[in-house]
Formats: sequence, C-alpha cells, structure tokens
Amino acid sequence: MSADRSLGSGAAIRLVAGREIRTRLASKAFIWLTLAFVVIVVLGGLLFKLTGSSSDPQQVAVTADAAAVADQVEATATGVGVEVVTREVPDRAAGEKLLSSGDADALVVATSPTLEIVVKQDLSDQLGSVFGSLAQQLALSSAVTDLGGDPAEVGKAVATAAPTVTALEPEPERDGGQIAAGVIVGILLFIALMNAGQLVAQGVVEEKTSRVVELLLATLRPWQLMAGKVLGIGVVGLVQLVLIVGAAVASSLGFGVLDSSSLDVGAIAVWALVWFVVGFAMFALVLAALAALVSRQEDIGSVTGPVIALMIVPYIVGISIAPYDPESTIVVVMSFIPFAAPFIMPIRQALGAVEGWEVAVSLGLSIALIPVLVWLAGRVYSNAVLRAGGRVKLKDALGGR
Amino acid sequence: MASLEIDALNKTYGSVRALRDMTFDVRAGEIFGFVGSNGAGKSTTMRIVLGVLAQDSGEVRWDSAPLGPDTRRRIGYMPEERGLYPRMKVGEQLVYLARLHGMDTAAARASMERWTETLGIEERRGDEVLKLSLGNQQRVQLAAALVHEPDILVLDEPFSGLDPVAVDVMSGVLREQAAAGRPVVFSSHQLELVERLSDRVGIVRAGSMVALGGIDELRTTEHRRWAVDGPPDSSWATGVPQVRVVESSGTTTVVEAAGTGPDDVDQAVLRAALAAGPVREFSLVRPSLTELYRDVVAAEAPADQDETEEGAA
Repeated sequence: MSADRSLGSGAAIRLVAGREIRTRLASKAFIWLTLAFVVIVVLGGLLFKLTGSSSDPQQVAVTADAAAVADQVEATATGVGVEVVTREVPDRAAGEKLLSSGDADALVVATSPTLEIVVKQDLSDQLGSVFGSLAQQLALSSAVTDLGGDPAEVGKAVATAAPTVTALEPEPERDGGQIAAGVIVGILLFIALMNAGQLVAQGVVEEKTSRVVELLLATLRPWQLMAGKVLGIGVVGLVQLVLIVGAAVASSLGFGVLDSSSLDVGAIAVWALVWFVVGFAMFALVLAALAALVSRQEDIGSVTGPVIALMIVPYIVGISIAPYDPESTIVVVMSFIPFAAPFIMPIRQALGAVEGWEVAVSLGLSIALIPVLVWLAGRVYSNAVLRAGGRVKLKDALGGR
Repeated sequence: MASLEIDALNKTYGSVRALRDMTFDVRAGEIFGFVGSNGAGKSTTMRIVLGVLAQDSGEVRWDSAPLGPDTRRRIGYMPEERGLYPRMKVGEQLVYLARLHGMDTAAARASMERWTETLGIEERRGDEVLKLSLGNQQRVQLAAALVHEPDILVLDEPFSGLDPVAVDVMSGVLREQAAAGRPVVFSSHQLELVERLSDRVGIVRAGSMVALGGIDELRTTEHRRWAVDGPPDSSWATGVPQVRVVESSGTTTVVEAAGTGPDDVDQAVLRAALAAGPVREFSLVRPSLTELYRDVVAAEAPADQDETEEGAA
C-alpha cells in the first residue's frame, strides 16, 4: 500500500543514539561541565609547573681543563640528593656564554689549587652544597696525595660511604608524577562514569515520565531503544573524557611537568579511556534496567543507590590506598572484580605496579560479564519500561510478569 | 478490501482478565468508534495492536497477515497517555518520529512541514514541546501520529482535552484519512461525537465486545417506539392492539409496539391518534448511542469495574 517501512536494528539503534548525542552535546550542562574540567586540568598543570619547577636537573658546564672532575660532580650531587647534568665546554669563554644564555647554572673552570666556579648571578643552594662537598673531597684528595696515599681510592671510599638503613616495612619507590597521575586518573574516571551513568538513568526515566516511551515502543523493540540510549550517552561520555584527558596530556607535556618522571602519559590516557568504555558499558546497562523500574525522577535515587555505592567504594579505595600502596591486598583483589576494576586497575597501571597478564585477566573478566548484563538488563528493561505508576519490583521485571 | 482484524484477544493482568475474546474488524476507509467505560479494555486492545503489549492469546491481522514490526510501523498511534519529549523542539521531534517509522530524512522533513501547516502549528516548529499550550501539545501529538503517513490509524481518546475548534480539526482529519481508504479506529467517551463520526461502533464491557455494528443497525430495537405530539390525553392509544403507552406528559405520548406486532402498526397508531384530535408531530423514537451504551453497560457486573487498565498496565 505504501513505501517500504523496514527499519533494521542497526538503523534503529543509530537513530536513537544519534538523538541522544545531538541532544546531549548541545546541552548547556555538558558544555559547561566539560569546559570547567578542561580549565581545571590545564590550570592544575600550570600550578604544578610553577610550584614544582625546582625538580629540573641543574646544568653544570665543565671546561676541558677541569673535565676530570665531571664524574665526581655528578656522584657528589647524587650523594646530596640533587640532580645534576654536566657537559663539557672547550674553554671558559664558551662556558660563560652558556651561563649568560641560561643554558648552564654553573661553570667549573679549575679544580686546583682550589675549586673555582663561575655563575651568572649567584650559586643556588643546591649547587652550593654540591660544590661545598666537592671542594672538601678535593682538599682531602690533595692531602691524601701529600701523605702518599691514592686519592682515587680514598675518594671512592668517601663517596660511597653511607649508613646502612634497614626498613621494617619497606615501601617501593614511586615518583610523585606517578602518584599524581594515579589519583587524577582515579578521580576523572569516577566523575566520568558517575556522570554518564546518571545521564542514562535520567534519560530512561525521562522517557517513562513523559510517556513518550509508548510512542517509541510502537515502532522500536525495547532492547533497541535501550541499546541506542546507552550507546549514544556512551559516545557523549567518551567525547567528554577524551577532551579532558587530552587537555591533561597536552598540559603535562606542554608545561613539561612530567619530564623527570618515568610516566608514559600516552599509555595511561589510552588505558583510562579503555576502562571508561568497559566500566560505562557495565554501569549503564545496570542503571538503565534499574531506572526503568521507576516512573518519576525523584525515585531514581531509590533504585540506583546500591549501584552508586558500587562506584564509591572502589573509588575511595582507588584514590586513597592504591596510589600509595598499590600492592596492598584489597587493591590487588578489587582490581580484578568487574565493577570495581575500572576504578582501580587504571590507577595501578598509572603507577606501573601491574603486570600485563593482570590487566588482561581483569579486562577479560569485565568484558565477559557484559553479554550477561546485556541479557539481564534487556529483560528487566523490556518488562518494566511500559509499566507506569508505582515502582516495579525487580523480581517481577526479571520474571516477566 | 484490506481490513484490520482483531481476533479473539485475551489478556490477563495478575488475577484481572482485561480482555476476553475481544473480536472485531475495521475495514479500509471506515471510521470505527470504540466505546466502553474506563477499564473495559479499549486501551489494552489498542496497545496490543501496536505491539506495545503482548496478548496471552489471539491474533491481530492486517490484510489477512499477522501484524509484524514492519506493518506496525505503518500504523499512526495516539496513546491514551500523551507523550512527547518535553524538551525537544516540535519540528525535530516530528522528524525523529517519522524517521523511526522508516522514513528517510528528506521525506520526514517534508511531511513534518505539511502536517504542522495542516494542524496550524507551523509557527511552533522551533519551540520546545513543554512551552506549548495544552491544545497545541495535543495538535503536536496528532501530528506525531500522522507524520509518517500511516496506512492505519489507531487513536486512543483523540478528542480528550480538545477545544471545540480542535475537535472540528480532528474530526476533519479522521474523515479525510478514512476517505483516503485508511481504516481509522478511535476510542472516546464523547458519545455524540462517536455517533456523528463513526461508520461503525463497538461497545466493550469487561474486556469483550457486547455490541457491534453500524450506528443505524445498533439503533434498531426489537420494540419500536413512536412519539406522538397531539391529543392531550393518552387514552386514545389504549385501543390499538399490541401497543402500550410508555410515557405521557402534556400533549406528547410515547407508545411502544411489541416486536411481534404487524409492520403497519405505526399506521394504526397514527389513525387512532388522529381520531382523537389533531396530530402535530409523529416520529419514530430511536435510542441514541448514549442510551444504548447505558443499557449495555448497566448490565455490567460491578466487580469488573474495579481494575483500571492504567493501574494494571
């Protein structure tokens, strides 16, 4: 009688998802929240740069005459806990040029009879202690030589002399950059998952409250509507996270905050996005199903509360324990549990405290659960979404009654 | 000629039987009025036709084939509970709904423009639905049922909440759609309207069809009655065989002839009246749909009325 009206599942889901994406991307809430995060992340990076600039290694130039002392300068610096990089210059003039251009912080021009240092304005405290200690060593060496001993041997003995410290509960060394990255990844993932999950729940209830769902389900299967909604909001959440994480990566690289850290920012960012997708799929399905049980926005909290708790507990563990003690049993165990893994595993990864197989197992467990959730959520959603009025019991929705 | 057949639908909600062997058909080009008290099963039937609800047994067919998703996409539906996205713009919303029914973007846009003009809401295309007056929201709802150029119309209470002008617009649209060869089913509590619009009417009680047929057919009763405005006293009628006086007030007398009486009993009545004095008016009294409805629904067992469709759905 009229034109072909077939609409494949793929096309139906694309239409629903497309509407979600268009509506959400244009919403003020989305634009402002994203903008706020990008600004916070960039400002945070800037602040870190300004307060933490002393962590840059000190540049010390050494003239050819004094070249022999270069290794000793570095060794001494390490001894007093200052990072120093040395470079050899052909003569004093070349060294002074580096000083005036700011490419070197100090220039060693002679080692005997006394250690002679040239600086642009004054010697930094850190370099002061390095050179002070070096001068003492040099004086000692010349005394040792005078006494007929081998200054190199004595020097080595002195340089390597250190107290032996036995820690009762040794803590693996983590650098500040890794801890910061772990905490930031944890917070960002929590906010992103929480926000996107709430959007799904609200979207489902909005359709129920406004009764538009009846009109939609006259042409769509319930699972198509649910899938389109989850997919659309997932894409919006991912776009938001990509913008924020992108800003974080760009500002950390741009400001050079993490130059001294052993952090692979790119890999951490990619993993954060992977875990968002996996975590979102799990939480969105559960939240969509539970939200379909109620008919009013005010009632969302009563069904989604337990899920929110499922997010908060691993989040707290993730940012309060994991960055400082990534090997603790609770952290390791939770990083494998499907609903907790997206909050904890990326933190362990940021800290470099995890083996490849552990990530694979954890990711595999979570992904394996998704088809089960799709089935369960589809069933609950289909049975509950058209029942207006009071709250539908989960048992009834599962039983299909 | 294709028809929409509703064949022996049954539906139970928990312990409540919402539909018992609900059966009727709506032919192409026909307006079918669906009446019954709240909870009688009208909305349940319509929702099953749309596939929004699953029946326990029975079948819905179009053109002799069971209804599937592709056929359902050709139905224009107006749910009892009105529903649109409150924060979506009218035009965008209608285009979206048309596309969900399988139209391509260009056709959907053209159809949206045509229907918003026909229904007088073209100025509101860029407004969010929630900013519209209730009457305009109803017009958008009707546009949502029509925007995908459906081949079948199923409208649950399309007239509720409409002002008289909108009622005329809606009636006109229903007539046009039927004239274009589409079957139109609508439910309403406004029985005068149903009587005026419908080609056929179905009265439902407690989940089954208790009266079904053309308006004239339904109004034909077993015992014929006439109203006679003439002689002031009703005693003239007592002499006519097989006729009794039903009521008498002033100069008007209503008489009833038993179904077994001869066909020309009306002439006998008229002659008797004329013999008693001048007759100013003599007319056959036929029950209105409202009276028919009362008769049919009054027979209803009170227990059946307790569960409303809404509560159980």
